[in-house]
Amino acid sequence: MVLLEVKDLQVRVEEREILHGLTLTVNEGEIHAIMGPNGSGKSTLSHVIAGKPGYEVTGGQILFKGDDLLEMKPEERAAKGVFLAFQYPVEIPGVTTMNFLRTALNAQRKARGETELMVPDFLKKVREVSKSLNIPQDMLKRGVNVGFSGGEKKRNEVLQMALFEPSLCILDEMDSGLDIDALRIAADGVNALHSPKRAMVVITHYQRLLNYIVPDIVHVMSKGRVVKSGGKELALELEASGYAQFEDAA
Amino acid sequence: MPAVQETVDRVKRIDVDQYRYGFETLIESDKAPKGLSEDTVKFISAKKNEPAWMLQWRLEAYRRWLTMTEPTWARVDYPKIDFQDLYYYSAPKPKKTINSLDEIDPEILKTYEKLGIPLREVAMLEGVEPKPGEQDPNRRKIAVDAVFDSVSVATTFQAELKKAGVIFMPISEAIREHPELVQKYLGSVVPTSDNFYATLNSAVFSDGSFVYVPPGVRCPMELSTYFRINERNTGQFERTLIIADKGSYVSYLEGCTAPQRDENQLHAAVVELVTHDDAEIKYSTVQNWYPGNSEGKGGIYNFVTKRGDCRGNNSKISWTQVETGSAITWKYPSCILRGDNSRGEFYSIAISNGHQQVDSGTKMIHLGKNTSSRIISKGIAAGKSQNTYRGLVTAHRKATGARNFTACDSLLIGDKCGAHTVPYIEAKNSSATFEHEATTSKISEDVLFYCIQRGLSQEEAVGLVVNGFVKDVLQQLPMEFAVEAQKLISISLEGSVG
Ligand SMILES: Nc1ncnc2c1ncn2[C@@H]1O[C@H](COP(=O)(O)OP(=O)(O)OP(=O)(O)O)[C@@H](O)[C@H]1O
Ligand SMILES: [Mg+2]
Repeated sequence: MVLLEVKDLQVRVEEREILHGLTLTVNEGEIHAIMGPNGSGKSTLSHVIAGKPGYEVTGGQILFKGDDLLEMKPEERAAKGVFLAFQYPVEIPGVTTMNFLRTALNAQRKARGETELMVPDFLKKVREVSKSLNIPQDMLKRGVNVGFSGGEKKRNEVLQMALFEPSLCILDEMDSGLDIDALRIAADGVNALHSPKRAMVVITHYQRLLNYIVPDIVHVMSKGRVVKSGGKELALELEASGYAQFEDAA
Repeated sequence: MPAVQETVDRVKRIDVDQYRYGFETLIESDKAPKGLSEDTVKFISAKKNEPAWMLQWRLEAYRRWLTMTEPTWARVDYPKIDFQDLYYYSAPKPKKTINSLDEIDPEILKTYEKLGIPLREVAMLEGVEPKPGEQDPNRRKIAVDAVFDSVSVATTFQAELKKAGVIFMPISEAIREHPELVQKYLGSVVPTSDNFYATLNSAVFSDGSFVYVPPGVRCPMELSTYFRINERNTGQFERTLIIADKGSYVSYLEGCTAPQRDENQLHAAVVELVTHDDAEIKYSTVQNWYPGNSEGKGGIYNFVTKRGDCRGNNSKISWTQVETGSAITWKYPSCILRGDNSRGEFYSIAISNGHQQVDSGTKMIHLGKNTSSRIISKGIAAGKSQNTYRGLVTAHRKATGARNFTACDSLLIGDKCGAHTVPYIEAKNSSATFEHEATTSKISEDVLFYCIQRGLSQEEAVGLVVNGFVKDVLQQLPMEFAVEAQKLISISLEGSVG
């Protein structure tokens, strides 16, 4: 089943076109990797899918579970199952992680017409997931990402992903700033979430991450387009020869 | 349970364009003639059956006031007030003497009900048991001295307070029943000549609360007052006097909302606090006067003088305020740290939205040895509002070992508003340690988007971020007020983004 369909997407930021007709199809259960040089538009794509303001879609379409995603508010997209693990997670002082998780989870549930999760069930779930991600309980009492190390911030993203159970997870450079151990823990967390109904789009610069999260399909982005797609061996090829060969194709 | 969620839920239920508390109660009122003269002062004093000394005190203040001019140093801008175009006294006509809530005008009770504030108090007053699981049965009791317009309508829990020896009554009654206490303390913290508005208040104050806690007594309940302005063009001049005698403790809560108005309404209250040796007063305010409509018309002018005198050694006064309303706020709850080792605290959340103008802060006057003070101020400006923190910290020559810590944080929402910090610091002796920290930040688009990506709406995201920003201060409020305050904060920021 098709989960996400990006068709000929054109996007402008401040009068400048960044994505020039990007097409991408993601089916349920698939893991996609998107690679590409700095500035090729990877984060832009993830932001537009999530609905971040400031981007002007001048052409094309995004369908999610058959619905026109671009017609939905960003919070509606979240409630419908779009999750973006940010390249740079922000800090929210004074709002404990625990409170944030609960507020967000209940907002999503409400939007879907579900009841709020009972506190004991919620706590149990948070405890389980945070344990598997090696997140100490007292971190959850601190302000969201406040004083967290780079690795902790990324793990916090995976924690939220596990808790909200989205159907599409976009991970923007989850591996940046992680040491080998942290990378493995985070990747294990992501793998644990892999299911036949859930798809992952993993944005990365390094083939190393793909040793842990093994993609079904690898896309190469260059200058605002997907210029090549292939199996996981494409990532190895890139690692060996770089992006130069695709520059012309773009 | 995280109260933030509650806030978020509340905000959802709110009708954005409507100031919820904007309605009038149709009650016949008993007004003084318009304008201010010696006759007005005499009228008020006579209405209150005041003794001669009180009238004399008022008249002296009035004569003094005639020689004074309005202060202009605050960063607020408003058309000149015509003091002859206001009413200075208005009271609901008493139908009979009131012994219990049942006898209060149902219109008045309905007003309180609409405010949504006093339901728990009403229930308590009527001896209603909380439904199982619905409320915390261990919650502290609150005694309400409901001030409706200018007259206290109901005073409750008198018996229990009396048993403890605590005097809690309308100041108009205290003037008649405890003249020795009132004469001793009234104007001893804020002298009649203190400032334009305080002097005006001294001349025409209508009513307010009086509290006396005898030596060694810990007041058995939170004391609470709700103020309402309800009469068109009525100046509201509350006068509150709280005395904590040696080794005593009292926590006083004050909160208010006001109905929608076309004309601006003047509110000039005076609050005086006195603590003797080893005594403590905690004074909390949640202020939500009508801020004016979307074009900046109407709204309350709030010119308040609040001052506490830590007269005794080891005494403590703590002000906590959540200011969300008023067209104009001019307010500096202050502490005079006279006793050795005395301590003053000021915790403030001041929110301005629309066309509101807030100039608020505190003064910590260190006179005694080893006195300490702490100031935590959180200013939030949205819309086209201006939000100024103005603070003064001084150490007298003899105030050796004086210590102050000040942290002023401002948060801007949008780019048409302004936040300003104006600290004045004077240390007249070298052993004083004053620390001052100030930050100004904008609510970040990235932070909002992060929250929204996790499922919150724009308004919920703002509410969450702002409640995080003010958390340190909210924690200072008694539980009874913290949730209300959170609710107010979110309500008052409605429509501030997007
Ligand atoms: N808000 C913005 N204003 C102006 N230009 C922008 C903005 N956001 C992105 N761009 C530009 O769009 C292009 C694509 O940026 P994007 O962040 O999507 O690249 P990326 O592939 O994620 O790069 P990296 O690998 O470095 O993360 C860049 O040239 C960038 O400068
Ligand atoms: Mg990027």
